[in-house]
Order: sequence, then structure tokens, then C-alpha cells
Amino acid sequence: MTFTGWLTIFAFVVVLTALAIPLGSYMAAVYTGGRTFMDPLLRVPERFLYRVMRVDPTVEQDWKAYAKSLIVFSLAGWLLLYFILRTQNLWSFTGLNPMGFHSAPWNVTFNTTSSFVTNTNWQYYGGETTMSYFSQMAGLTVQNFVSAAVGIAVAVALIRGIASRSGHSIGNFWQDVARTVLWVLLPISFVSALVLVFQGSIQNFSHYLSLTTITHLPQQIAMGPVASQEAIKMLGTNGGGFFNANSAHPFENPTGFTNLYEMLLVLAIPAALVFAYGRMVGNRRQGHAIYATMMVMFLGAVIVCYVAEAHGSPAQHAAGLHTAVVSGSSGGNMEGKEQRFGIAGSELFDVVTTVTSCGAVNSAIESFTGIGGAVPLANLSASEVIFGGVGTGLYSILLYVLLAVFIGGLMVGRTPEYIGKKIEAREIKLVSLGILITPLAALFATALATASSAARASIDTAITGGGPQGFSETLYAYLSEANNNGSAFAGYTGYAGTFGNGAGSHGFTFTDLLGGFTMVFARFAPILFALAVAGSLAGKRISPPGLGTMRTDNGTFVVLLIGVIVLVGALTFFPALLLGPIVQGLTGHLYG
Amino acid sequence: MATVTSAPTPAPPAQPQERRAISLFRRDIVVRALIDSVIKLDPRVQIRNPVMFVVEVGAAITTFTWLKQVFGGQALGGYDPAWYTFVISAWLWLTVIFANMAEAFAEGRGRAQADTLRSMRQETVATMLDGSTKRANELIRGDQVVVVAGELIPGDGTVIEGIASVDESAITGESAPVIRESGGDRSAVTGGTRVLSDRIVVDISQEPGHSFLDRMIALVEGAARRKTPNEIALGILLAGLTLIFMIVVATLRPFGLFAHTVISETTLISLLVALIPTTIGALLSAIGIAGMDRLVRRNVLALSGRAVEASGDVDVLLLDKTGTITIGNRLAAEFIPMPGVSEAELAEVAQLASLADETPEGRSIVVLAKQYGIREHDMAELHAQFVPFTAQTRMSGVDVDGRRLRKGAGDAVIKFVTEAGGRPPADLQPVLDRIGREGGTPLAVARDSQVVGVIYLKDTIKEGMRERFDQLRAMGIRTIMITGDNRLTAAKIAEESGVDDFLAEATPEAKLALIKDQQAQGRMVAMTGDGTNDAPALAQADVGVAMNTGTQAAREAGNMVDLDSNPTKLIEIVEVGKQLLITRGALTTFSIANDVAKYFAILPAIFVTTWAYTHHGKGPLNVLNVMSLGTPRSAVISAIVFNAIVIPALIPISLKGVRYRAIGASALLRRNLWIYGVGGLIAPFVGIKLIDLIVHNILGA
Repeated sequence: MTFTGWLTIFAFVVVLTALAIPLGSYMAAVYTGGRTFMDPLLRVPERFLYRVMRVDPTVEQDWKAYAKSLIVFSLAGWLLLYFILRTQNLWSFTGLNPMGFHSAPWNVTFNTTSSFVTNTNWQYYGGETTMSYFSQMAGLTVQNFVSAAVGIAVAVALIRGIASRSGHSIGNFWQDVARTVLWVLLPISFVSALVLVFQGSIQNFSHYLSLTTITHLPQQIAMGPVASQEAIKMLGTNGGGFFNANSAHPFENPTGFTNLYEMLLVLAIPAALVFAYGRMVGNRRQGHAIYATMMVMFLGAVIVCYVAEAHGSPAQHAAGLHTAVVSGSSGGNMEGKEQRFGIAGSELFDVVTTVTSCGAVNSAIESFTGIGGAVPLANLSASEVIFGGVGTGLYSILLYVLLAVFIGGLMVGRTPEYIGKKIEAREIKLVSLGILITPLAALFATALATASSAARASIDTAITGGGPQGFSETLYAYLSEANNNGSAFAGYTGYAGTFGNGAGSHGFTFTDLLGGFTMVFARFAPILFALAVAGSLAGKRISPPGLGTMRTDNGTFVVLLIGVIVLVGALTFFPALLLGPIVQGLTGHLYG
Repeated sequence: MATVTSAPTPAPPAQPQERRAISLFRRDIVVRALIDSVIKLDPRVQIRNPVMFVVEVGAAITTFTWLKQVFGGQALGGYDPAWYTFVISAWLWLTVIFANMAEAFAEGRGRAQADTLRSMRQETVATMLDGSTKRANELIRGDQVVVVAGELIPGDGTVIEGIASVDESAITGESAPVIRESGGDRSAVTGGTRVLSDRIVVDISQEPGHSFLDRMIALVEGAARRKTPNEIALGILLAGLTLIFMIVVATLRPFGLFAHTVISETTLISLLVALIPTTIGALLSAIGIAGMDRLVRRNVLALSGRAVEASGDVDVLLLDKTGTITIGNRLAAEFIPMPGVSEAELAEVAQLASLADETPEGRSIVVLAKQYGIREHDMAELHAQFVPFTAQTRMSGVDVDGRRLRKGAGDAVIKFVTEAGGRPPADLQPVLDRIGREGGTPLAVARDSQVVGVIYLKDTIKEGMRERFDQLRAMGIRTIMITGDNRLTAAKIAEESGVDDFLAEATPEAKLALIKDQQAQGRMVAMTGDGTNDAPALAQADVGVAMNTGTQAAREAGNMVDLDSNPTKLIEIVEVGKQLLITRGALTTFSIANDVAKYFAILPAIFVTTWAYTHHGKGPLNVLNVMSLGTPRSAVISAIVFNAIVIPALIPISLKGVRYRAIGASALLRRNLWIYGVGGLIAPFVGIKLIDLIVHNILGA
């Protein structure tokens, strides 16, 4: 551990909070029809969009109508993306396939399509060996924008349900998506792409470069419109890398500054939405309480991971390797980490990307120490409520808030109420289901994958596949897919032979389909429950708070909420985590 | 002008009397509860409680496994010895039986309560108005029966003729007889009570089998118990938790196999039962039944569990001023003579004018006059003629020796003297206004054409009201006083008594509108009332507590009846309502927090050899055995034994209820989180370790 390391973490938290507050007010204005400085520029394209999509943004939708629009929109997006990816060759005429890549097999494409439509960006393919520039831009990047917008729309709808004083409307899906893309995602992505280019990221349509390195060996250097995709990949908590190496690749994440900048991009919207929430429900302290909850858990993860990585792995200690900080070395476990980011820059990025549903990586998570590697697994076990994905984080934590309100409310002897609305049997039913889906999907898929011989191929490709590492990789894969995160513990694969232009390669149908269905189910089922909760709350009367009302904007509630989140996550995943990272953390033994 | 302040001191409000809790350890209750807890093993009973149903299924499977082992077969999915399977199976059955016992004890106590009630429901024969007779249990609504001294009233109804003193001790426990008379607000009678004097005609208002007593019996027995909204919501949450733990345990088997660890079915079932919230699942219905029992012991009859739960949510309490905040009547506190009249003279005139006035106000004037040394006169001796109060004159008085003495409302008396040719003194109006401003009622006193002075009638606030309102405020409940008085008077009394707000010049419509308005603002409204004109408001309020002394209309409109007719009983009702929720919440928290320790007991036991470096060695996960439990099997058994015996250990707390303290919601939450959350984390570590010391070190498992 170094002073610079801690300073990086501290500075990051301060800058993030300072940015999130104004962005939160801006977003609250965007969703409540307030005026923003972007209005003059964006009103016209907004109207144009509605005309093209033939939708009426003034229609007030109840939760069912909202959900229907959302499903139709996502399904259409899925079909379009699948079509684009499977017909990659056909689009070569655009000149955006200089390397002449074929389409990936159907099963891998199924997985990839489900992955990008659900904001997961789990990748069984390597970008620079599979995707044409056209597929990256017209296919994947479009979904990077709209899948993020869908998540934010659901959060906004749930906020409206909580805040509404009458009626059953939770807004208009089309308007929410359009305004999210135009007012929030596009402007920030545009500026960010320029920042990345300025720092050394590339943005071109060139043929890959072939050159001879100083060791006189030939090397091919992949090219492409990297900066533009990188910006939305981070901002939309998508995480699907342009290159296989993701944010460890120098073209995606060239400098220490871009590393910090990209982490801020990831957390900007999830953090800002919490402040927007406080404004939209008319009590900013409610937002602050949720922010405090998230921040405490975030810092806990950051600190544990930093200490564990700086301490080094048991194997390093067993081998008598030097792990202390000395001049010129940050010590600790540097395996799988980039020198330009160091331990703090790597583990902070890793925590940022696993508490959210981003899943971009700048280091190899599978090379983390046992406990350091348990942190991303624990983050995923908390169902992406610590900031979480854009929108998804807020609506997920709000479900936990309602659960905590219910248990706490009983303990103060009143029918539980949140911001004046009574939490009754119907809400508890929806909340319970909404919360259970993600962990259940993850456990169920992992169990299928470990028990089924069809999935063994995915594990056995790794050298240590049979041991706890293989279990961690499997568990991580399905936790990541169920949480729509997309980061990987490596080793676990659903695609073999991605060499050359893609010819002759094949996917693992079982793994690809199981993952694809897990992502879709664990994305849309909780969304439906969250929208149903919004609809159920929207029609409720608001009771004014009194002395006997449990407060949800003070420290006691923050402690209760953290307790509920940790307990639900821990009780669900503790047995599974024991067999993976915890075994590895408790022993220096290497299992063959 | 002297002020006399010795108005008769009102009696303090009757302390709410409480029936004694029936001891849990009465022999008949224990025997019956033990038998019931076995009968309730019927799966058709258990299916209503998903948590305990899962335990029962687990018990059945392990029993089957054990039988299979006894007959030479192999345990399912493992290599357990038969004794281990047997012990686990036995404790799983015990877990279900303990849960049944909790419910059976609660029901047993209610049943004992009901038996006492039932014993007074004697078979009576009713005499109909036309002289014919009818068995009491055949009476229908609209029957009119005659009841004379010494007879039991055959059914609930309204007195339509006569007046009688009635012994209601059977239902209220209060031995002093009460007056029941036709007309007015004291006309309701209850079946099973005894007429002590006189003769009344009662119009029966119940259908057969639905009398007050019947409902009360059904209620305490738990027969009429339906799940309350919060109970349903909690039930859903518990079912959800059970579902997730089923998946956690089911997926653990393939995870274990991946790590070359075989986990037997018996152990998996043990883990499942340890994890699902059996503690709260077992005690949930006992908590509800016991809550009802606590209310009945406080002499409150709630017509639904929903109403009891709602009372915990009350934000606003509407109270009638008269009879609730102030003692029923205004009493004379001061004589204010007009210029030229001595105080004693005024006292004498006032006394004479009030001689025949039997109202409490009238009597209080006589009492006050005595302090001026005015001896009591006798109407007959004076040959005085009584002039009663009428709505037209708004005065009463006497005609004696050809002089006309009157007392009444200021304007009525002014009119009276003016008509008699006199002129009201200039000092009169300011005095009348002042008294009105101060919240009193001025009564002007006239002798023929002369106004001699004013009697100051004061509302007397009951003792201890301010403390009770403070208590309500601490619970988060605002009190609103309802009165027919004008704003000034109302404001004064509101201030003196410490209520938060008031509604002056209230009409039944205004009351109803106030309740609807508060409800529209999202508040839960409670109201106490007794009169027929309170009935619409009682029906509209979320919690309507009718006084047992009230009219039948009021008793039917409310959703609770207070047998003690104590308007501030609501404080206790709210406490019981809150206790119900707190007990459920606290035990849920405790139940879930317990799981952490159970994981630390069972998981290291399961994975003790997983990924061991050598054969027969212990694996890295053995370090998680932080309690250093003896053997894997003793660890699992200890966890299951702890899980089972924590249920009977918590029966007392679930029947008594977790204490409610009016310390504000946040402080209460902190307190309960410490006790039941943190306590729930720690307690099982200690408990399981202690049990393991017995199971492993003494019994050798």
C-alpha cells in the first residue's frame, strides 16, 4: 500500500461526489420536464425521433403499458442486433470490414446479442478478431446507448411511482429513452471520446497495421473507431471492450489519467441518479441516505481489495517472494496488472466495474489474490446495488430499501411506509420476487454448469479448471451474466478457435445458450417487477411523516439497509463463495 | 369580588383494569396444548404455513431414510450412520411440534378465557312483549322482550321502555351496577348481563349466535381469526426466503460434487431447516392470537384483527370533549354580582333559582352557594313553584313569594328583564364576554326586572389528561378535541388540557368531514364515541372505539368496543397494535440473523475435508469452524437442536409481546436492532457451542 494509492482512492471519491451532485440536478430536470441548457440544441432532434418512431410522448403510461413498450423496444433491438452480427460479411460494402471477418457462429451470436441488449456485454469473442467496424458501430454501440437508456428509464419510472401523488401513470417510456440518449448519454459520450483521443486513444477505420517489432518478430496491431465506443462503454456501464484486452489495452485506456477518467464515467450516472432521486421525491436526504449506503459498501470493497492485493498472494509468500513496497515497486500482487495503473489503479477500477454492471476490466481478475478476487465476487453477490448499472443500480437498491423498510417498519410498530407510502402484501410480493430473481438465476445456472457434462468443455480449457479456480471461474461467469455485469474471471469460455478471420471456429452451444438465457431472464424479470412495484406505489396515498414513522434518511436506516443487503447477499452466496475464492484465499496450495 | 375555587374535585379517571393473564402452566392448558401440537402435525394444517411445511417434509424424508437404513438400505446420497439420521429426523419432528405447541398454548389460553365467558352464557328463556316465551338462542333481530329484576337479559339490544340498574360484571368485570334506560345514550344492553331492579323492554338487535358474547368467545378462541394485512405481507416474505434457501441448498449438492464432496440428503435437509426462518414461522400465528388475548384482557373487544393492527398506525385521535377530556358537566365556580348586589345576595338568589334544578350544573350552584353560608331551602316549605328549562325560554327558575327568579343564557335573561320593564346593567355584557373568552359558560341570574349577577360555570378537566396526551404525542399520535363549544371556549380548554388541536362548534357532519379530510391527507384516524350521533364518524374512522355504555348504534358502527368505557383506552389499544408488529419484526430479524452462526456451524462440517492436501486430512475450510465444534455430525446436530429449542424458548416473548416504548421510531429501531439483530447474530454462536458441548463432549456424537 502506498500513500499515492490511498490518495488516488480518496481523490476519486471526492471528485465523483462533486460531479454527481450537479449531474443529478441536471438529470432530475431532464425527467421532470424542467429546463436545461441543452434544450435549444436538442428539442428538434427529439421531436424528429418521435416522428420517426411514430410515438406520442405525451401519453401517460401505466406500468403495464410502460413495460409493454420496453419489451417491444428491447425485442426489436435484439432481432436487429442478431441480424447485423450474423450478416457481417454482407456489410463489407460499407468498407467497415477491412479485415474481412466472418460472422461468429449462431450460438456465440445468440450469447453476444443477449449480452449487449441486456447491458451485460459479456464477451465470449475477442473484438479485434471477430467484429467488423460496422458490427461494432451499428450493432454493439447502438445497444450500448439504448440498453443503458432502458435501464435508466426503469429507474426513472420507479422514482415516479414512489413520488407520484395521484394516478397510475409512471411516465412515457419512449420519452424517457429518447431524452436519456439525447440529453445525457450522447453529449457526455461525445466529449469523453474527444478526451480519450486527446490522451492517445485511436479513432480510425484503417486496416490493421503489420509491423516488425524491435525483437524482429512480426506483429499485427489492431485498429478501429475505439475512442467513440470506449466512451459509451464506460458511461453506459456496458463494459464490452473494443479489444479483447478491454480497458487494459493501451488504445482503450492509454494513460493513468484516462484510467481515472473512465472510472468516473462508469460511476457518474449511477451516482448522479441517486441525487436525482432525492430531488424527484422532494426530499434530498432520502437520496443522501442511499448514497451513503452505496458509498460505505463501495469503500469497504475498495479497502479490502487494496489491502489484499498489496499484501500479495499466499503462493507468493510461500515461495518467499518479496511483496513489500520498495522504491520503484508497489509491491504486492502485480500479476495480471498493468504497470501504468499499479495496484490501486487496478483494484479501484476492478471494484468500480464490478459494483456497477459495467464489467470493463483493466487487469486480470483471475490473477487477483483469493480475498482480492473474492471482492468482485462479493460485489456481484450484492446484486449490483452498490451504485450498480445505470438505472439498474438505483431500481435494484430501491427494492432492497423497500425490504429494509418493511422489516424495520415492523420493528417500530407501524405498517411500514416509505416516503409516506404504505408497503403492503402486494409490494412485498413483488419486491421479494424482484430481489430473488438475480441470485436464483446465478445459482441455478452455476449448478447446471457444474453438474452438466455439456458445460465441462467450457471449464476444462483452463489449466486449473478442475480445482477451486475452475469453480470460481464458473460461478463468476454466471454471477456476472445474471447481474448483467460482463466482467469475467477468464478461463471460462463459450467460443473456441477465434483465430484468423473467424473461419472454422465454433461455440459451446450449452454454455452460450445458458448464459444468453440467464442474461435475458435476469435482466427483464427484475425490470418487470420493478415496474410493477412502481405501478403499485403510484396509486397510493402519501401519509405525512410523524414521530412514530420510521425515518429512512438517517444513519440508523443506512445501517439497517447495509445489513439487509449484506445479509441477503451473504446468506445466498456464502456456501458457493466458500468453494471458490475463499478456499483459495485460505491456502497457498496450488490445485492441479 | 371573591373567587371561590373549591369546585368539587372530580374523581381521577378509572385506572384501566386488566384481567389477569391466564397462567400458561395450568394443567389443563398444558395437556391440551401437548395433544394439539401432535394433532396439528396433519399436513393439511401445516400447508398453511409454508415454512413449517418444509420442515415437516424434511422430517418425513429423513424418517424415511432412517427406516431404509434400519432395514439394511443406504442413506440417500451419503454415508451417514443410522443413528445420525434418526437424531436429525427426531429433532426435525420436534421442531414442528414446538411450533405447533406455541400456537396451541396461545389458543389454549384463549380457550380458557372463552370458557369463563361461555359459563355465563346460560340458557335463558325470554318473555316476549306479548307474554309468550321463546328460547334465548332463537331470538331474532326485532324481537321485543320484557326483562324484570333478577332476570338475565336474553340478548343484545336497545332498551325501548323503562329504566333499570344492570349488573354487567359478567362482561366488563366491573361489579358496580350501571343504569340502562330508554332513549338517550345509555340504552344499549348486552345479552348475559343481569337486571337488578325494575323492568325494561328490550328490542333485540342481534341474530342468533351473533351476540356480543358469541363474538367475544369466537375471537379469543382464535376461531374467528383471519390473517391481518401485515401478517400476510410477512408471510410472503418468509415464503420468499424459504424459496431462496431451498435453491441455495439444492445447488450446494452439485457445487459440492464439483469439489469432490458428497453431501448427504440428511445434512442438506438439516442445513435447509437451519436456514429457513423457522423461528418466526413457528411463532407467527401464536403472536397474532396472543395479541387478541392481550386486548381482551384489557377489556377491549375488537371485531377484527385488522382493526387491532390498524390501531398501531393511528396518526390522529379524535376525542369528544365532554366526558372524555372534561368531566361530563360544567360546574359553578364563581358568583359575580352586579353593582349594588352583594355576593351573598347573588348566592342566595342563584341557590333558590336552582333548587329544583336536578341537572349537575344546578346542583353545583347549590353546592357553591353553601360556601357563602346560604342554608338549604326546601321547595315545598317555600311553596315555590318550579319553572323548568325550555328550548324557547332557555331559562329555568322558581316563582316564590310572587317574585320570579330566573337563571339562564345571557341574552335570554336580558330579554326577560327588559320585558319585565327593567334594564340590564352596563357591567353585564363585559362580564358575559369575559367568561365566554375564558372558556366558561356564563349564566345570568335575574330577580324580576333586575339582573343580580352572573354564575361562572367552568369546564373541569379530568386529572391526568395532560400526561396521557403527552404519552400519545410521544407515540406520534396527534389528539384533536371535538366540542360543540364556540372557538374561544374550545381553544381555552384545548390549551388547558394539552390536546394538539380542536374542532369547535362540531356537528356530526363536521366530525365526519374532519375525519375524511384527515384521511385524504393520508392519516389514519381513530375516534372514540358513545352517542348515536357519533355513529357515522365511528364508522368512517379507521379505528372506531365505541364505549360499552354507548348506544347500540355506536357499538355497531365502531370496530372495537371498550367494555370499561374509558376513552383514553386507545393508548393501550395502540400499544397492543404496535406490540404485535414489533414482535413479528423483532423475531423475523432474530430468525434471519441466526443464520450466520448456523452457516459457521454447518458449512465447515460439510466441507471439512474438501480440497484437503492429503487423504484423511482436513481441508482449508476447516478454519471456519470458529466455534471449534466437536465433529461434523455433532455440529449439524447442535445447529438443528438450537434451531428447535429456540422456538419454545421464545414462546413467552411471543405471547407477552416485545415491549413498546414511546421513544420515537428511530430510537426504537436502534434498540430493537441491537437486541434482536446483533443479539440474533451472537446468541446462536453461544447456544450452538453449549449444545455441542453436551452433544459431543458428553454424549459423544
